[in-house]
Amino acid sequence: MADYNPLELMICVAARNLEDGSTVVVGTGAPCAAAMLAQKTHSPNMCILFEAGGVAPILPSMPISVGDSRTFHKALMASSMPEIMETCQRGMVDYTFLGGAQIDMYGNINSTMIGKDHARPTVRFPGSGGANDLASLCWRTMMMTVQDAKRFTNNIDFITSPGYLQGGTSRYDAGLPKGSGPYRIITNMAIMGFDDESKKMKVLSINPGYSREDVQDNCGFELMWAPRITETDPPHADELRILREEVDPHRYIIGR
Amino acid sequence: MSTTLKENIEQKENALISGQNDLFTNPDADAARQFFRTKSRALKPKLSTVQEVVKTMLNDGDYIAIGGFGANRIPTAIIHEIVRQGKKRLGFAGHTSTHDFQILCAGECFDRCDVAYIIGLEARGLSPNARRYIESGKVKLTEWTNATLSWRLKAAAMGLSFLPARNILGTNTFQYSAAKEILCPFTGQKYAAFPALFPDFAAIHVHECDVYGNAHVYGASVSDQDLAKASKRVVLTTERLISTEKIRQNPEATFIPFWCVDAVIEVPYGSYPGNMPYEYFSDEEHLREWLKVEKDPEELKKFIDRQILGTKDFYEYLELNGGIEKMKKLRAAELLIPGR
Repeated sequence: MADYNPLELMICVAARNLEDGSTVVVGTGAPCAAAMLAQKTHSPNMCILFEAGGVAPILPSMPISVGDSRTFHKALMASSMPEIMETCQRGMVDYTFLGGAQIDMYGNINSTMIGKDHARPTVRFPGSGGANDLASLCWRTMMMTVQDAKRFTNNIDFITSPGYLQGGTSRYDAGLPKGSGPYRIITNMAIMGFDDESKKMKVLSINPGYSREDVQDNCGFELMWAPRITETDPPHADELRILREEVDPHRYIIGR
Repeated sequence: MSTTLKENIEQKENALISGQNDLFTNPDADAARQFFRTKSRALKPKLSTVQEVVKTMLNDGDYIAIGGFGANRIPTAIIHEIVRQGKKRLGFAGHTSTHDFQILCAGECFDRCDVAYIIGLEARGLSPNARRYIESGKVKLTEWTNATLSWRLKAAAMGLSFLPARNILGTNTFQYSAAKEILCPFTGQKYAAFPALFPDFAAIHVHECDVYGNAHVYGASVSDQDLAKASKRVVLTTERLISTEKIRQNPEATFIPFWCVDAVIEVPYGSYPGNMPYEYFSDEEHLREWLKVEKDPEELKKFIDRQILGTKDFYEYLELNGGIEKMKKLRAAELLIPGR
C-alpha cells in the first residue's frame, strides 16, 4: 500500500511543475495547495495570483474564495480583476490550473452544462468564472483530476475553456495567443502532455499501481503515448510532510 | 495595398463570426453620454436609507450589478431589501456572483442574466435552489467570463461602446455570448469585441466614505471602480461614514469619486454574512445553513420568511444570527487573533 492518497500525488506532481520565479494564477482547493507546496519546497519566489486581485500573498491558511481576505494577506499588491486578467493577456503569467466536468483529447474543458440545449440544460454548472480567461491568456494550463471514461470524452457537451480546440493550429487560428495552451493533465492514474503537432493528449508517465490498460480504459478517447513511458515519481517524504503539516494541516483538501 | 493582401483581409473579414445570444443592455456610447449629461455632479449630501433607495432608485425590469466578489464585500442590506420589496424581472450581471446570486434566486427577482460565474459558492459547493431556478428555464442566459464582464464594465467606464480582447475565441462560451469577432485595423489580429455594459443600478459596499460618496476601499477591489463609473445609478453602503476632511487629507486614496454616487447609507457590518477585508470574516456556519435549507423548497421558504421577509431590516437579520457577539467572533477570525 502506498503511504499517500491520489490527491496527495497529484498535488505533489503539480507543485514540481511550478519553477521558482514563475507566476501562477490559482483557485481554491488543490491548485492552491500545489502552489503553496511549491513555495515551501523548491520555489520560494514563485508568485501566486488570485483573479479578484491578490498578488503574492503570504497565505496564512487555505482561502475559501479567490476573493477573500486570505488571498491578499501580507501581499505585495491587492489589485483588481482587470489588473490580474490584463497581466495574463500581456503574457506575464506562466501557469494556471483549471477543473471541469468534462475534458476532451485537445484539452478543451467543460464547466458550464451537461445536455444539448443551452436554454434548458440537464445539469447547470457555474460556467466559466475566470476559467476561460485563464485558459486563453496564461502560457500553460494544467488540470488535476480523477480520471474516468465519462470525464475524459470527445463528446464534450460544451467547450467552456479553450484547450487546443480542434487540434493542429486551430487554437491560434481562432485568435488565441500564440504559444499558449494546455500543458499537463495530472490524474490519479497518469501524467499527460500534448503532442507537438496534432495537439492530442499524450501519456508521459504512469502513476505507481496503474497499468497502461487502466489509463486507456478509463479514458473515453484514444490516447497517444510518449516513446518512452516512465513511472511517475511518487511523492517524496519531505513533500508529504510539508503538504500535511504546513500546507493543509486540517486536511480540508487532501483529507477528502 | 497589394491586391493579394486586400483579398486576404476581405477573406478574413468574411469569416468573422458572432455570438448568438441576447445582448441585454444597450452598449451605445452616445446614449450613455446623454444619460450621464443629466446625472447630478453636484457636491451635495446623499444620505439615504436602504428602504428608500430600493424603492426609488430601482424599478422592476432594471438591469443591476452587485459590487464585491459574491460573499466578499457585498452590500447585503440592499440585496435583502430587493427581495423584501419583491422587485421582479430584473436583469443581472452574474459576475463573480455567489451569495448575492443565491439571495436574488431565492426571491426569483431576475429573468435574464449575463453569466460569468453563477450557482456556485466556490469551495463551499453549489446552491441547490439557484440551480433549480436556472435549470427551470425561467431565466434567459448569455454566457460571458469574469474578465469579459470586467472589460465590458471597463469599456463603459471609458465611455466606449466596446473593447477588444483575446479570450473566449473558438469556444462555446463565445458561441452563446453576444460578443463579435473583429480584426485589428493595425495588425490584422483577430479579437473578440465585448460590448460595453452600462447597468441601470449598482450597489457597492465600501469601508468608508463621506456624505458625498467619496469612498475608500481596502483589499482586492475586483471590478468595483469600473462598476461605479459604468452604472447609471450607484448606491454605496458603507461600514462607516467619515468626514470629507479625511478624504481631503489623502486624496490619492479616493477609490470612488462623489460624482459616480447617487446615495450613501451607513451600514456597519453590511457585508455580513460575507467577508469584509480587515473588518470581519465570512460566517461559514450561516452560509452552510443556506445551502442546507435550500435542498428542500419548503424549508427554504420558511428560512427566507424568517430571515428576510420576516425581518424589518438588516439589523433584525444580524441580531437573529448572533448580533454583536457573532461579529466579535468573525472579527477575531478575520484578524487571526489567537484564542478566540
